[in-house]
Amino acid sequence: MNITLRVWRQANAASQGRMVTYQVQDVSEDMSFLEMLDLLNEDLTVKGEEPVAFDHDCREGICGMCGVVINGTAHGRGNSPVATTTCQLHMRSFSDGAVIDVEPWRAGSFPVIKDLVVNRSAFDRIIQAGGFVSVSTGAAPEAHANAVSKLKADRAFDAATCIGCGACVAACPNHSGMLFAAAKITHLAMLPQGQPERPLRIKKMVAAHDEEGFGGCTNIGECAAVCPKEIPLDVIGQLNRDLLASLFKRDGK
Amino acid sequence: MATTSKTLPGADFFTLGAEIADTKAPAGPIEKKWSQRKFGAKLVNPANRRKMTVIIVGTGLAGGAAAASLGEAGYNVLNFCYQDSPRRAHSIAAQGGINAAKNYRNDNDSVYRLFYDTVKGGDYRARETNVYRLAEISANIIDQCVAQGVPFAREYSGLLDNRSFGGVQVQRTFYARGQTGQQLLIGAYQALERQVAAGTVKNYTRNEMLEVIVADGRARGIVTRDLVTGEIETYLGDAVVLATGGYGNVFYLSTNAMGSNVTAAWRAHRKGAYMANPCYTQIHPTCIPVHGDSQSKLTLMSESLRNDGRIWVPKRVEDCDKDPRDIAEEDRDYYLERIYPSFGNLVPRDIASRQAKNMCDEGRGVGPAVKEFDHDGNEVHVRRGVYLDFAEAIERLGKDEVAARYGNLFDMYAQITGEKPYEAPMRIYPAVHYVMGGLWVDYDLMSSIQGLYVAGEANFSDHGANRLGASALMQGLGDGYFVLPNTINDYLADSAKFDKIDESHPAVVEALADVKGRVEKLLAIQGTRSVDSFHKELGHIMWEYCGMERTEEGLQIAIAKIDKLNEEFWSNVKVTGVNEDFNQALEKAGRVADFIELGRLLCVDALHRRESCGGHFRAESQTEEGEALRDDDQFLYAAAWEYTGEGAKPVLHKEPLVYEAIELKQRSYK
Repeated sequence: MNITLRVWRQANAASQGRMVTYQVQDVSEDMSFLEMLDLLNEDLTVKGEEPVAFDHDCREGICGMCGVVINGTAHGRGNSPVATTTCQLHMRSFSDGAVIDVEPWRAGSFPVIKDLVVNRSAFDRIIQAGGFVSVSTGAAPEAHANAVSKLKADRAFDAATCIGCGACVAACPNHSGMLFAAAKITHLAMLPQGQPERPLRIKKMVAAHDEEGFGGCTNIGECAAVCPKEIPLDVIGQLNRDLLASLFKRDGK
Repeated sequence: MATTSKTLPGADFFTLGAEIADTKAPAGPIEKKWSQRKFGAKLVNPANRRKMTVIIVGTGLAGGAAAASLGEAGYNVLNFCYQDSPRRAHSIAAQGGINAAKNYRNDNDSVYRLFYDTVKGGDYRARETNVYRLAEISANIIDQCVAQGVPFAREYSGLLDNRSFGGVQVQRTFYARGQTGQQLLIGAYQALERQVAAGTVKNYTRNEMLEVIVADGRARGIVTRDLVTGEIETYLGDAVVLATGGYGNVFYLSTNAMGSNVTAAWRAHRKGAYMANPCYTQIHPTCIPVHGDSQSKLTLMSESLRNDGRIWVPKRVEDCDKDPRDIAEEDRDYYLERIYPSFGNLVPRDIASRQAKNMCDEGRGVGPAVKEFDHDGNEVHVRRGVYLDFAEAIERLGKDEVAARYGNLFDMYAQITGEKPYEAPMRIYPAVHYVMGGLWVDYDLMSSIQGLYVAGEANFSDHGANRLGASALMQGLGDGYFVLPNTINDYLADSAKFDKIDESHPAVVEALADVKGRVEKLLAIQGTRSVDSFHKELGHIMWEYCGMERTEEGLQIAIAKIDKLNEEFWSNVKVTGVNEDFNQALEKAGRVADFIELGRLLCVDALHRRESCGGHFRAESQTEEGEALRDDDQFLYAAAWEYTGEGAKPVLHKEPLVYEAIELKQRSYK
């Protein structure tokens, strides 16, 4: 296959970016999208041009490091038959001669570092605000001390599969990080270990989310539509219920 | 241990040094050693801890757990990672599970049995004392993770579920669907972020360690490069912990993350830390086969698939082209069930991998033929794949149950190959997955440099020549949560007596200048070949000559080829851009340069060890049936290599392995 790429090039956070067109020849349909970018970069390097910077690491869809907007949708969800990360999108999803636009996540809370690479440290700060159970090493009771209903454990797991890639923010017209925050809220809210800090956690995490400049949720659902781990939109419902409930709890104040 | 280097193969490539031994594990019965060591270790008063700085490189299970735990204890922790967040560390990709001797299944499990299985699985090349401790703390790890809110799989009773894993006959593996590593890492990450909020831990993301600072014989800091600005900086402290993972990417294609590298460990090695058993690499049997030359990494599917999937190849070469569903039952060779009737498809990883290679070498492999080079340099095309068949499992359990157990793995396979795994058998082939070798450490996890600790996959201690499934997560978390926080205090207790150090200390100035000089050198070459092309070539050499089967002749060829590659790298590599920028080509160049040096040592280690053990199959040492033949008379030791300078022969220090609590046996899974 031969592909025409239009890629966002931006030297650094302060500089102006622009779309640059490249031709990529001899692309195999078994290649992943990132392997196709490797091919472009090999070509650019040999020519003495600077390769395109993009974040990636595990290339098996679990670390959350990769993520670009492809033809207008985060992780190229619009081209993929199933939920996917950028690294798990394969070139068989495109046809020979295709013109593909590649852009970074665009959101004020995720400033561009270079080309397709953005700074997502705002997510770490949301977790720092309360996305944990305060149990220090050595203080744990026997693992079977608390039985957990399988249904709740499964729901906790489903929410906990979030990889923190930031696609939800990139896809949201409000650039809201609610799906990310709500996934953590729901994960810990479903488990007995998460109960003591539950009211406090939600207030702190939502406050941190807003402080980072993420927008509010208006139930559009683009976030869940592009989420590579298919975190359901109803975790935001859980967040809203918990937030409301926390207002009536002493330790939530 | 009367052998001299003259009698060891490859003696031209190294010199033999003095034997070494661990001096930290106390004498006495094995089940008392850890509690005695904890009691014997010097303590640090809680009020003094905040005055002490511990530098931790890596944020995976070992590094993240250690940083969180030492932060909780009150030390001032500086924690570094090259990724944009601590949550990205490659521990996150572990799928299958984590072992613990809880005996929740009432199936005769115990600390001793977990210890026994791990030593046996490691083919009697691990240090007994360390492994026993690992088994001993395994149950605490599960308790800790559950308390953090790790959503392990549960039964309808609300209690934790278990499954069995390759190489053992009890059900002791805890899991979170096919994403156990992710859930455990997120648990450690959350504990870590809690300490960041508490102010005890400071995270430095997108920072790569490029040198360790050794002053007056002690590790006192590191030099890092800020991957965004290119700034090269020093950080000083009282102790340094490397939890930087494994070096599987020396093979280029592996299941490791693209950024996984050996640089931190290799830089420490060059400063005096011994590298132990580097040739012990694990080739994982259940990976998705290579698709072509542009492949950048391989994807593993959890070996839990072997619990219900059956592995086979056609009996006849002429059937290898056919649709597998059209091959009659009697024309299939379920070779693992045939050769190893009692363990069948659940034999340890090294055996499953080697037999898959044997089947493909016989010409009975399936799937597309891929380009390879034989020892004479001729291009050949070989089918590299065997079937992993769930037809019988789907009939026995139903599609829904199979989907519940393995759904995410099937989806992953479908996504990568474009095939339909519920309808036709999957194809699998072994790939480099984990390295048992690493920096040498004592019982306290201290390396041969005072104050430099090594945890998790980066050290060599617990898995011998082969790692059993579900034990890497156990070791990473064990080292981070429970071992280091109880041993590092013994060293830090004396830190008030350490010499004062600041930016003007000659060791700091020199380390900083070395790093800057090296970066400038890489940027100045301006040759014609990309960094990746060198990495790929190194990978081809390693996989061909130092992969699943090794020979004396092949390893000598490999060493010669690596020497040539090294020379070309330093004269013809093309690194684009400048240092003062986000420059991924420069990052990779430094890593590949270190991989080339490591690759050579790996081959020298493999060459000198003329025995087959664990994942290390040496063609000159096999039984009449073609099974691995260990040589305990000559090789019952860990090989710890000392760096002596560029181009100089490394020195081999043997640490004799002493088995007091366990009887040495030839491994058999028949």
